[in-house]
Amino acid sequence: MYMRTIVFLLFILMPLVALAKEPYKIGAILSVTGAASFLGEPEKNTLLMLSEQINRAGGFNGVPLEIIIEDSKSDETQAVLAAKKLLEKDKVLAIIGPSTTGETMAVIPTVTAEKTPLISCASASKITEPVKERYWIFKTAPNDYSAVEAMFEYMKGIGIARIGILTITTSYGDAGRIAMKEMAPKFGLQIVADERYGPKDSDMTTQLTKIKASNAQAVVNWSVGPSQVIVTKNWHTLKLGIPLYQSHGFGSKRNISLAGKASEGVKVPLGRLVIWDKLPNNHPQKALLKKYSTDYEGRFRSEPGTFGGHAYDALMMLTEAIKKVGPDKAKIRDYLENNIKNWSGTGGIFNMSPTDHCGLDKDAFEMVVVKNGDWEILKY
Amino acid sequence: MSVFLQFLFSGLTIGAVYAMVGLGFNIIYNATSIINLAQGEFVVIGGLLMWFFSESLRLPFLLSIVLAITFTGLIGLLMERLTIRPIKKKDLLLMIMITIAVSIVLRGILMFKFGKDPYNYSPFTEGDPINIYGAYIQQQTLWVIGITTLCIILMYLFFNKTMLGKAMKACAVDPTAARIAGINVERMVMISFVMSAMMGAVAGIAVTPITLMEYDRGPMLAVKGFCAAIMGGLGRGRGSVIGGFIIGILESMTAGYIHSGAKDAVALIIMLVILFFRPAGIFGSKTIIDLRRF
Amino acid sequence: MRITNKRIFLVASLIVLIFPFIFDSAYTLSIATFAGINCLSAMGLCILMGYAGQVSLGQAGFYGIGAYVSAILSLNYGFPVVFSTLIGCVVSALAAVLLAIPALRLKGHYLAVATLGFGEIIHVVLNEWGPGGPSGFGDIPKFYLFGYVFNTPLSYYFLIWAVVMTLMAFSLNLINSRFGRALRSMHDSETASSAMGVDVPSLKIKAFVLSAVYAATAGAFYAHYVTYISPSSFSLFQSVLVLMMVVVGGITNLWGAVVGAIMITLLPEALREFKEYDILVYGLILILSLLFFNKGLVPIILERLQKGHRA
Repeated sequence: MYMRTIVFLLFILMPLVALAKEPYKIGAILSVTGAASFLGEPEKNTLLMLSEQINRAGGFNGVPLEIIIEDSKSDETQAVLAAKKLLEKDKVLAIIGPSTTGETMAVIPTVTAEKTPLISCASASKITEPVKERYWIFKTAPNDYSAVEAMFEYMKGIGIARIGILTITTSYGDAGRIAMKEMAPKFGLQIVADERYGPKDSDMTTQLTKIKASNAQAVVNWSVGPSQVIVTKNWHTLKLGIPLYQSHGFGSKRNISLAGKASEGVKVPLGRLVIWDKLPNNHPQKALLKKYSTDYEGRFRSEPGTFGGHAYDALMMLTEAIKKVGPDKAKIRDYLENNIKNWSGTGGIFNMSPTDHCGLDKDAFEMVVVKNGDWEILKY
Repeated sequence: MSVFLQFLFSGLTIGAVYAMVGLGFNIIYNATSIINLAQGEFVVIGGLLMWFFSESLRLPFLLSIVLAITFTGLIGLLMERLTIRPIKKKDLLLMIMITIAVSIVLRGILMFKFGKDPYNYSPFTEGDPINIYGAYIQQQTLWVIGITTLCIILMYLFFNKTMLGKAMKACAVDPTAARIAGINVERMVMISFVMSAMMGAVAGIAVTPITLMEYDRGPMLAVKGFCAAIMGGLGRGRGSVIGGFIIGILESMTAGYIHSGAKDAVALIIMLVILFFRPAGIFGSKTIIDLRRF
Repeated sequence: MRITNKRIFLVASLIVLIFPFIFDSAYTLSIATFAGINCLSAMGLCILMGYAGQVSLGQAGFYGIGAYVSAILSLNYGFPVVFSTLIGCVVSALAAVLLAIPALRLKGHYLAVATLGFGEIIHVVLNEWGPGGPSGFGDIPKFYLFGYVFNTPLSYYFLIWAVVMTLMAFSLNLINSRFGRALRSMHDSETASSAMGVDVPSLKIKAFVLSAVYAATAGAFYAHYVTYISPSSFSLFQSVLVLMMVVVGGITNLWGAVVGAIMITLLPEALREFKEYDILVYGLILILSLLFFNKGLVPIILERLQKGHRA
């Protein structure tokens, strides 16, 4: 008697089981811990939040989205292992990340061999160039060059000719340093001082003093982490008298509050995500930035900052691609290359093409100044 | 002149941080001949807890200091009880590894509680930096130097003038003989860990307004502080402090007059030179070093 | 059945041969390949610390020298990979001599700090003056021999483990030779062995050089496998990692180094489930194994097996 009930129930339940759909899987390799966690943490939070929203809205016509996030611990070896695991064990359709340039470069051969699209959240131009060798590789972070260009264009406009640069000895700082040295002559700027410091250094007054002594008209600091704040405070303590510019890594209110009144007057090229509330209402990115920023702050009680948005854009691009062409790696790749045009993202307006797998340029940045503890867009 | 002075002040600021960490190393070393590679974490815990009590819980300034130091001391106690005392045969390699493992665990816990962001709170005295012949020095730096000096004096008095201190030193040289003399070696070891943790906390509390504090500052502080202790002579409190200032000033002068990218290498090379030619350090003594267990 | 090194070697070789046929995914083979690379570093450190009794916190420096020298020579100067690897070993050996000579008189903590300082200096040099600076560089040629390029997971796995087993055989012979016995007597007491006619200083230098060459080999194979290297892989953290492999596995036993290397390589993979908590679990496992298996896993297991056999 019981047997019959059980068999009956099984017959009812089995088709329901078959109806439960296999989710579409997207992998992510992020530096959630380690030296680059300032990148990986907001990126991870963003992916979690966004994937939940996507699934609540029905996923892909009922098929859920599954994001599998692996922590590379900011280490290249771990990034490579994570990539192999995602591709092989989880059989993901695409990979978002890694968060840093070094890890991305290490992962490119593996991903290319497995013919899987990758959207990196790291910024070096060599990630997507030469495009012929990066068939499967895209990125959502603007080139370091673009931030420098935006800054230098502004400087040229207000008549600055001599600058002193101060960079951190990590790949982030080094990329900025190389970009600045290359771009300076194009904007009529002369780099009269080139100073460096380590990621855990406690005091940069020596380097700032040397920059002042070199007759620079402005000092540019290129770093992320506590050093940005320390440099700002040192600059203020020394009453340097020349303006301080920071890299886009400075883009978070937390840095302003940590530096206190020392941050007044600091100038920064920022992606619009950080300053969405200062944009005119008809700006194409504003609505999207507002939603992302307020959702993120509501959920995680902190700002997404400049970097969380790269993951957001990557996932949105992939989602759109999958919705249009289905779970096919090659078709997704083609979609990314050909159909992301005038595409509003958090990082800017993207225009991908067969010769450009980055899609952003210096217009992704606005020049901003810190005024009264808040950001203010510079008009010039 | 003012440029040189500015470099000097920068060196003093950096050096004061290393000096305080080096002092902390010496306390445990003086009692046990163990080098505690988790010493850096005590500094971080002190700074972060101070932020927690004074900014997050908004407790009064002095109360926060007392609480931060006490809690860190407790963590030192736990560390000694759970990971040091159970080891019967304390050989060098094992002790190094265990303290490294503890530092990993502590860092992990800090990461969960405080996240990866840096933290800050206001300096002990607000006000403009002090101008001396055209060079500026922050008021907080003077506080750090002052507190460091006070700590040296206290440590000197403790280890040389009090029974407890002298008893602790005896344990490091020969625990068996100390036991025969009636000293409770286990208790000495425990006290040394608590004191060292508290000293680390004081360092963290004092330097955070200058350098900010985040969960993974520990290893770098430990390495530099350790170098300071070695340079000055392991076991000599004032030696490690002088060592710390020397390293700080050397780094600053190298960055100032030679090349700022290479400054870390310079401090390391100087340390190696001292190790190779005078391993006992500036104030240490070769005979005493040979008598130690490690 | 007595447990001899020869028997263990045979069993190990068998496992190495069979492994890829049971676990044949590219993912598992990569883990096994990285484990092999780590084995080389660990074996070198084991000889230096376990047998010769010298503490070293600078193994990552030699690892880095091997990787960078081999990568630069093969990429920028077109050297065949085998030669660039050998030259990497030679440069590493020279660096070891440079470190060992002044370090002869140091012991205990002082030696530890000296080696740590050395490792850090190498890291700063690579970070500052290495190609690409902190960002590192890529396009490093893969390993090839007589025209055959090792670019499949399976081929590289066999390459690495062939090297590991060969060096293991070499090391085992070394340990049981006059040289090895001299090392061990030096470990027990420098004064006594000196009195017996052992040239302690030259022996110490040789031990450092040996460990440096092993680490450099590991570094070169790493570079030609991942094909992208940056200074962050060759920092103090790496030195500590190798130290852990040796201590957890059993510092007085070469097989301990191998087991330790495999375990420490596998641990992050096994802990993936714990997401961010993995670092905590990692540290706790380390503490527990240091507290309870403080001689290292392999010596303890061997002891148990011998006891069981005797009963």
